[in-house]
Amino acid sequence: MRKSFGAVQALRSGTLRVEPGSIHALIGENGAGKSTLVKIVAGVHRRDGGTFRFKGNDVDFSSTAESKGAGIAVIYQEPTLFPDLSVTENIFMGRMPLGAGRRIDRAAMHEEAESIFRRLGVRIDPRRSARGLSIADQQIIEIAKAISLDASLLVMDEPTAALSGVEVERLFAVARSLRDEGRGLVFISHRFDEVFDLCDTVTVMRDGAYVGTEKVAETTVPALVSLMVGREVDDLFPKVDAEIGDVVLSVENLDSPGVFRDISFDVRAGEIVALAGLVGAGRSEIARAVFGVDKYRSGRVTLDGKPIRPGSPRAAIKAGIAFVPEDRRQQGLVIDSSVAHNIAGVIRGRIAKGGLIATGMENKAVRPWASRLEVKTNALDMAATTMSGGNQQKVVIAKWLATGPKLLIIDEPTRGIDVGTKSEVHRLLSELAGQGLAVLMISSELPEVLGMADRVLVVCEGRITAELARGEATPETVMAAATGTTPDQIHLEHEAEAVKEVTA
Amino acid sequence: MNTALDTPPAPTRRRPDVGHILGGLVRSREIAVLVVLLLLIAVATFKSDGFLTGDRWRDLLLTPSILMLLAAGQTMVIITRNVDLSVGSTLGLCAYATGEIMSAGHSPWLAALGGVALGAGLGAINGLIIAVARVPALVITLGTMLVYRGILLRWAGSDRVNAGELDPGFLDLGTKQILTIPVLTILSLLVVIAVGYYLRTARGGRELYAIGSDPDAAALFGLPIRRRVLGAFIASGALAGLAGVFWAARYGGVSSNAGQGIELQAVAAAVIGGVAIFGGSGSVWGAAIGAFLLVTINRVLPILGVSDFYQQAVVGALIIGAIVLDRVLSSRAERRLAVDREATS
Repeated sequence: MRKSFGAVQALRSGTLRVEPGSIHALIGENGAGKSTLVKIVAGVHRRDGGTFRFKGNDVDFSSTAESKGAGIAVIYQEPTLFPDLSVTENIFMGRMPLGAGRRIDRAAMHEEAESIFRRLGVRIDPRRSARGLSIADQQIIEIAKAISLDASLLVMDEPTAALSGVEVERLFAVARSLRDEGRGLVFISHRFDEVFDLCDTVTVMRDGAYVGTEKVAETTVPALVSLMVGREVDDLFPKVDAEIGDVVLSVENLDSPGVFRDISFDVRAGEIVALAGLVGAGRSEIARAVFGVDKYRSGRVTLDGKPIRPGSPRAAIKAGIAFVPEDRRQQGLVIDSSVAHNIAGVIRGRIAKGGLIATGMENKAVRPWASRLEVKTNALDMAATTMSGGNQQKVVIAKWLATGPKLLIIDEPTRGIDVGTKSEVHRLLSELAGQGLAVLMISSELPEVLGMADRVLVVCEGRITAELARGEATPETVMAAATGTTPDQIHLEHEAEAVKEVTA
Repeated sequence: MNTALDTPPAPTRRRPDVGHILGGLVRSREIAVLVVLLLLIAVATFKSDGFLTGDRWRDLLLTPSILMLLAAGQTMVIITRNVDLSVGSTLGLCAYATGEIMSAGHSPWLAALGGVALGAGLGAINGLIIAVARVPALVITLGTMLVYRGILLRWAGSDRVNAGELDPGFLDLGTKQILTIPVLTILSLLVVIAVGYYLRTARGGRELYAIGSDPDAAALFGLPIRRRVLGAFIASGALAGLAGVFWAARYGGVSSNAGQGIELQAVAAAVIGGVAIFGGSGSVWGAAIGAFLLVTINRVLPILGVSDFYQQAVVGALIIGAIVLDRVLSSRAERRLAVDREATS
């Protein structure tokens, strides 16, 4: 199966074969193409090529309604519930039972919801509204939905990411009973212990491609890890060693209920610190709190020893923090404005004369930055939207460099950027660090983390679970900390083997 | 299983929890607005003996009958996270068309039907542009508001439909009362009840809420989003058409500025009545009570000695107050839930 989004090929050759009456694990790094594959199965996206068979028939779903009708239920990473409607309505939306006069038979609906909840062994009031349910309960409702659909294939995209131990056990019990009824389940997870606990077979994906399928009983954690990360790390521009200076950013005991807790770390001048971890672990949220976009409950952020007022990006910018967000088009750029306007965006106050900004002044102020970053644009008055992703990213970086920052926070610096420009962005970051800038980088790409960072902080479920120096950071240690498995296990026992696989 | 502990043991609930129901009532926006409305009326009656008698009583019930229809239609649209600003112009155009059909000698039934059908058609134009071209309803209905009004101006010019050209039986409708309650008000209430019934008990009605509550989730559920949104706009147009028919009956004449500016009152009635402007929640009952409240405020403020000049400001303050209150309450609830979850995890 193949799927491309614009120039980015999200799925090159995904293969997945699920037998009825089995639980099939689908694993792989962030961006390996698992979610894309799931969305094709669900009918959200259409495949560009390949075959898709369900119960022996060739199928091609053009909508989620079609895949549902065929008996496929998908539980997404983010629960998709209607907060304003009741729990029962969420379960039966789109196919509510009708009574006399085509009116919804609420009594029958509540009764069935209750019987499903009884079967799942949970106590949720079917009449309450879905707003404010815990993630675990939301997930239960998604499962209840799938059961009420009588789905023969149930796909769960990281259902356990936000669950506690007991809730996971409950979910697994339900999953096993569904399997025993002869349904097929696909279980996407980053936690190996869960894969080994629950699943029968496991398929590994990497970089949008199928790597292999194994019987769970016949494989081991290290073998799977090496399948997941088995690629060369040194095809990227590595960071040039720079002189590490004083502490620039210091974060102490940052805490935000339900998002992250007890976050403490430093970033020094000339240092690139990576926040690694899985999507949804809370990395971006930490960065947003440091920059003041989001508020936090307690803790302290200081820059050069001076505390920064929480909840105020303005104060953060003034203190010398620059923030390149993950979503370039939405948050990083005024996408329809010219390159010059974008670069001058944050320094408007400085170049304005009597409250007015002359185009000439603006261009003059902007030109050195544009040329320094080799932004490939013929004229500064071209709209940012016409540029490539890589050049757009450089414009965003230029915008912040113009403010003369001490700390650069950069979220997913090379997402959606082609390989050539990627290494340019890496070279740029390395250069900036060399000039004494402190860089806090968030990245989901393991090679990028390992190649660029002087220090790696691994975030797992809102907490920093590991701090690894450049020498200690390997695909295994980072992945282990990010997935909550014991790093020693993978790292020490099977180091030699794994390294062989990586370099092979 | 800590999540089970903080949810009430509901499945086995036999007798209704009185405290729970009372709490729900106090929090219910419809009740709150109704209480404000009754208080206003009580105060006005106390201040001025004749407030609930004769023409004033009739006017107090009759004027909202038109606004109520528009507010009901507006509610259906707002629930889907859209808005229909063209209803005032639709009302004017339909009222004029109704009058013209009657003055051409056709039966009032045909005229009324024509008015409603025209309204539905104008609503369909809105809905089609919005659902197919995927453009924001605010802009499109702002445009059609001007276009529809322009068509009416071109059609009517300085001309107007006079009472003399209308069917006498039709005009009676505007003055007739049953047990001192104007017939138009009763008809409006029946329509509101029908809309409310649909929104509550029909699949389509619940799907309107779902679409407004989370459009992305609605797409993942495979709901027919475009068809439902189109339906909401057709309904809103048809109700505006019916409001036009009522307008002709109530005022006994139609000029080209009929219904000008009433679209914002309709939005205001819905919002005051608790219909969330970002969709997904609210009821047509709330909107109807909101319509009564708006009209009543206009009548009561002079009695309370509030100068005419301040009346609009008071209504505006009410709208802002209602929305800010909603926002504060919901963000407080969200924060509490986040802390609760933290405590249980």
